[in-house]
Amino acid sequence: MAEALLAIDDLRVQFDRGEDEVFAVNGVSFSIAEGEALGIVGESGSGKSVTLMSALGLIRENGKIMAGTAKFQGHDLLKMRPRQLEDIRGRDIGVIFQDPMTSLNPVMRIGDQIMESMLTHQYAGRREAFERTLQLLHEMGIPEPKARFRNYPHEFSGGMRQRIMIAIALACEPQLLIADEPTTALDVTVQMQILALLQEQRRKKQMSIAMITHDFGVATNFCDRIIVLYAGQIMEMADTRQFLLQPAHPYTMGLKNSIIEIGQRDRQLSPIPGMAPTLTEPPKSCSFASRCPFATERCRSELPALREISPNHHVACHRAEEVLAHAI
Amino acid sequence: MPSSPLLQVEEVSKRFRVQGRELHAVEKVSFQLDAGKTMGLVGESGSGKSTLGRLVLRLLDANEGRIVFNGQDITKLSPKQMRPLRRDMQIIFQDPQASMSPRMTIGAAIEDAMAIHNIGTKAERQKRVDELLERVGLSTVVKYAFPHELSGGQLQRVGIARALSLNPKLVICDEPISALDVSIQVQVIQLLQELQKDFNLTYIFISHNLAVVEYLSDQVAVLYLGEVVEQGPAEELFANPTHPYTQVLLQSILKMPEDADKRQALTSIQGEIPSPFNPPSGCTFHPRCPFATDVCRQKKPERKLVGSQHSVTCHLAN
Ligand SMILES: Nc1ncnc2c1ncn2[C@@H]1O[C@H](COP(=O)(O)OP(=O)(O)OP(=O)(O)O)[C@@H](O)[C@H]1O
Ligand SMILES: Nc1ncnc2c1ncn2[C@@H]1O[C@H](COP(=O)(O)OP(=O)(O)O)[C@@H](O)[C@H]1O
Ligand code: SF4
Ligand SMILES: [Mg+2]
Ligand SMILES: [Mg+2]
Repeated sequence: MAEALLAIDDLRVQFDRGEDEVFAVNGVSFSIAEGEALGIVGESGSGKSVTLMSALGLIRENGKIMAGTAKFQGHDLLKMRPRQLEDIRGRDIGVIFQDPMTSLNPVMRIGDQIMESMLTHQYAGRREAFERTLQLLHEMGIPEPKARFRNYPHEFSGGMRQRIMIAIALACEPQLLIADEPTTALDVTVQMQILALLQEQRRKKQMSIAMITHDFGVATNFCDRIIVLYAGQIMEMADTRQFLLQPAHPYTMGLKNSIIEIGQRDRQLSPIPGMAPTLTEPPKSCSFASRCPFATERCRSELPALREISPNHHVACHRAEEVLAHAI
Repeated sequence: MPSSPLLQVEEVSKRFRVQGRELHAVEKVSFQLDAGKTMGLVGESGSGKSTLGRLVLRLLDANEGRIVFNGQDITKLSPKQMRPLRRDMQIIFQDPQASMSPRMTIGAAIEDAMAIHNIGTKAERQKRVDELLERVGLSTVVKYAFPHELSGGQLQRVGIARALSLNPKLVICDEPISALDVSIQVQVIQLLQELQKDFNLTYIFISHNLAVVEYLSDQVAVLYLGEVVEQGPAEELFANPTHPYTQVLLQSILKMPEDADKRQALTSIQGEIPSPFNPPSGCTFHPRCPFATDVCRQKKPERKLVGSQHSVTCHLAN
């Protein structure tokens, strides 16, 4: 088993909304091994972004980390001073956001933006950073790098901007890339281009990737291991194989059932009823119980722990074994 | 003897002038749609799906072509002449919040649509609001809420209730599920299906999700740079996708594999969608097409029938 590059343990994050508190992340623990691609899936509001962004010190001011550790190469990111964290972010850990327009500087040439990250982290000198920028633009599939260096973000399409974001994130050859829904806003053909690019870079550099997505197609085709989040808790964690063959959490099964794929004209739909909760109190019972077809009294009164039901397959459900038996 | 279709779109084109340059948003699109059926429009961002929907509703004026609704040519009707027809043609958007006043309660917003068209008394309208909310699966207390207090899925149901309040014949659904979570998407798809059956609604369903379009549609048109490149009955088109662009789109969808060793290779199509201001010569898809020949670069392909109603605009089709 490869060493953990990032190990998050019992992370708890809360937001102050004035009139009440949102319990966004409620005791999340997982790790990412060197070279691994980990998929973090879940519906909007399930805590995917907050989990990883709080580890990087990137949550809004009304957010507070209540407990937990996030060890990167053995050092707890949550205990670092902002300067230390800034050093790691962008150098050892690259980040790609869903909407490149919000994170690219609209009034700065894109070439300068790529160079800047190498210069601030003293990864390279000016001359070398310039050469590497051209090289990166080329690797990202942007034609005529020399000419495009001078362009501003608005002069690119959505897919091209995402490539530039990736170039910035990869500039200092990070060991870990955190990609927060990098293809959600893109058309399928562009999504394919971006994922192919990320996979190639990952293989070349032995880089680890944490891929946040709500798309099971993306997660299962791209990642080695998958975590399903719901109401700020891990419901299921399994390698992709297990995840595909033996999903054991009712929520995972419900979600997989909700996806309409090509060639399913005649199928019956069986939606999960209701909608995901926003917790304003810490969870004391199963957060999925009100939507779960298997829920019993115990589910409504006792919080299911995340437990290992078979090697490397973790599930937070009181009835996981029965659910598995039923499903087969 | 088949009755005439509810909607006939004939060789409709729309060009926008942007900073003195001409942009072909929709180019000679034709289709017919029977009452109670669904036409799916697919294509990448900027391919002209929404523009086509707006042309059909006469929210935009076509430069060329004809739109016949319920036997009446509406292409040249004045806004005043269109007014009584507006009730019959409604639209649901991707972002229902954007089309709702933030200071109007949900109940008022639904009632307002009826009031504009002088439907019923105030009491009757309020009763209808309750009925509609229940019909779309919402509690009637939602009528006192403001848009920002509802989730995306709830708001989309409100958008549907509002569209239904006028008993329309045709509903244009412009990416109605794109902003929703998968578990909520299926709920809304199921609702749209039930409503179609109950009220014999005719849909134009716009989406970039091919699987959902296949699932919901009777007819499908695939758009690329404003042109229909392939069109036909959904079953036939998806069983036998013939235009290289349709094939590329289908290959770009990442399906959940059955097992980890059956994962899809991440191989991608070359290039980007060209600028609509100067579309490529010949077949507009040729720069990205794996099969392009000299003829594709020089000559615009004609529409060819490859099945009784299945047509493809490609030199290779026969
Ligand atoms: N009012 C307008 N003025 C100028 N150009 C426009 C206008 N509306 C649309 N266009 C252009 O027309 C083309 C078709 O746009 P349209 O919005 O119909 O695409 P779409 O298929 O709905 O895309 P999406 O999937 O992004 O919604 C695009 O090139 C767009 O930029
Ligand atoms: N600044 C904030 N203030 C209040 N609540 C927030 C804030 N940021 C995130 N949240 C809440 O935290 C939860 C998790 O959010 P997030 O991690 O962004 O979800 P995801 O990325 O899975 O869509 C949600 O309930 C969200 O509303
Ligand atoms: S713990 Fe109970 S309610 Fe929760 S998912 Fe399992 S069976 Fe369903
Ligand atoms: Mg997020
Ligand atoms: Mg559109």
